[in-house]
Amino acid sequence: MDLFEYQGKQYFSRFGIPVSPGGVADTVAEALEVAARVGFPVVIKAQVKVGGRGKAGGVKLATSEDEVRTHAGNILGLDIKGHVVKRLWVEHASDIAKEYYASFTLDRPNKVHLGMLSAQGGVEIEVVAEENPDAIAMLQIDPLVGLDVATARRWVAEAGLDEEARSQAAELLVKLYTCYVEGDCDLAEVNPLILTPDGRVHALDAKVTLDENASFRHPEWDEFRATETEDPREKMAKEKGLNYIGLDGTVGIIANGAGLAMSTLDVVNQVGGTAANFLDIGGGANADVMAAALEVINQDPKVKAIFVNIFGGITRVDEVAKGVIEALSRVTIASPIVLRLDGTNATEGRAILEPHLNDRLLTEPTMLDAARRAVAFANL
Amino acid sequence: MSIFVDENTKVIVQGLTGGQGRFHGLRNRDYGTKIVGGVTPGKGGTDVEGIPVFNTVAEAVAATGATASFVVVPPKFAADAILEAAQGGITFIVSITEGIPAHDEARVYNRLVEEFPGVRLLGPNCPGIISPGKCNIGITSGDIALAGGPVGIVSRSGTLTYQALHELSQQGIGQTTCVGIGGDPVPGTNFIDCLAAFEADPETKAVMMIGEIGGSEEERAAEWIKAHMTKPVVAYVAGVTAPAGRKMGHAGAIISGSKGTAQAKMAALAEAGVHVCQNPTEAGEKMVEIVRAL
Repeated sequence: MDLFEYQGKQYFSRFGIPVSPGGVADTVAEALEVAARVGFPVVIKAQVKVGGRGKAGGVKLATSEDEVRTHAGNILGLDIKGHVVKRLWVEHASDIAKEYYASFTLDRPNKVHLGMLSAQGGVEIEVVAEENPDAIAMLQIDPLVGLDVATARRWVAEAGLDEEARSQAAELLVKLYTCYVEGDCDLAEVNPLILTPDGRVHALDAKVTLDENASFRHPEWDEFRATETEDPREKMAKEKGLNYIGLDGTVGIIANGAGLAMSTLDVVNQVGGTAANFLDIGGGANADVMAAALEVINQDPKVKAIFVNIFGGITRVDEVAKGVIEALSRVTIASPIVLRLDGTNATEGRAILEPHLNDRLLTEPTMLDAARRAVAFANL
Repeated sequence: MSIFVDENTKVIVQGLTGGQGRFHGLRNRDYGTKIVGGVTPGKGGTDVEGIPVFNTVAEAVAATGATASFVVVPPKFAADAILEAAQGGITFIVSITEGIPAHDEARVYNRLVEEFPGVRLLGPNCPGIISPGKCNIGITSGDIALAGGPVGIVSRSGTLTYQALHELSQQGIGQTTCVGIGGDPVPGTNFIDCLAAFEADPETKAVMMIGEIGGSEEERAAEWIKAHMTKPVVAYVAGVTAPAGRKMGHAGAIISGSKGTAQAKMAALAEAGVHVCQNPTEAGEKMVEIVRAL
């Protein structure tokens, strides 16, 4: 789960990482209140989960109440790459002497944690990595050892941070690592991490991605979840416990298992179709789950055909078949359904479907045959 | 021959008294796997259809001589259960649990490497391992596998593992061992571990490898194949049409920036001399062709 900048900063604050004084505003009036509280000048920042806010006009400096009115009014409602701005973060503008970059994430190939630190912050780190890889000081951290201040001190020197920033930066990095580990982040990134002319180091931005698998030990994440703006199709699917990602095509996909679902998208594409979604009903799905999956896809007006691709393992094909029949009895499914059923209890499943088959509910023996049939329906 | 397990492997099931543990543990026993015990704290002294249950892994190992454990416990207990298995003397651990926090996985992986170098962890979030006719630990349906070799299978995805087994078995091509390494960010066993074991196994004549988007394991496997593998490899990588920045079900299946795409993985594998196929059926057909020509 990606956090908004303001949530990331609030999360940082819990771990003692210094951020600029500020507050959220959903209206121009609220923006004025925050500005009065934190003191001018202020920066008004659009809260959207997409990069390139500055270029799109979503970040503005305001030195007076009038400027707050103008900028806050303009930014609220602004469309940034399809994300409409509903909330602002207003903070006291910092004078900047230097901009750095710092992040922690998992080093998957080496199965340890990876810290990245650079004296060249404020720009896309991917660009720095491409053009000047030596400007990034990489630090591999054994999860069993962690990051201590002594190591962090060596690291900030190696990265070439300015002398006057090093001590504070080392302490901040240890706190950021603690936030990353104890806060169960997939990514904790600060860009830029700044040094002010009066010698203070703090986080001017916050990019935090939380590992949703750890939500059982973080009840406080509920407030982040409440602000998630989702595709309505994805929201409905999540409520029904389905793993769904909306796409733009015309063939609705239902499969069991992430790999098979991805593969189904690929095969549909190979035979000339486009997938309307990724939907993994998971292992051990029963009739209720299958019926819910069909209903979610049925809500998508772009769908012209539905391809159900099941290879039973934990999932039993007879349960899948029952779910299809149940969904058909509950709601009118607008599109024809093509099924490919193999694996655990496939024979029983096919027998359950047999009496219901017609020219809008068909089975095909293989994944490729079924994909071709579904695409033919979709392209009619 | 098989890799990692064989007909003599003695297996305990951690979580045997739970719904999933019971179902799959008994299914594995029915397949012929030597399931010699179960572990559930507080239920020691009871049994599940004749399989004795112990309070701890150490007790189970002492009483049964088990060397492998099938860990079927919920995500919040999985990391501790895996460590208990290693501490109790188990050397091959299969973890099927989906949804373990990434930081827990990283801690467990590094503890195993540092404190228990002789222990192999398969998974988490994997379907397990099957050596047809000999041993099945995990959730794979035994009837889709065919004994006798000569193909070894290694896969990052559960259902695509079944699909691969099915494509081969239907054509009468057997498997030596089929290993599901799982789709999580910190897998205990990776492609290279399995490729090396298949390369060393005289009965395995060819290998089918199923990858997916995310990470760089396929690219690393490609480098290894180019340098060390003498046996033919057929590969399929799922997720050609997956959008960047979205997790496709598996925690590890995400394209970040330009890295981790199916296209990059397929190109790396092709460059290493691997037969790269566009879908599971094509991969099955290619393998049939290779095996028939052996």
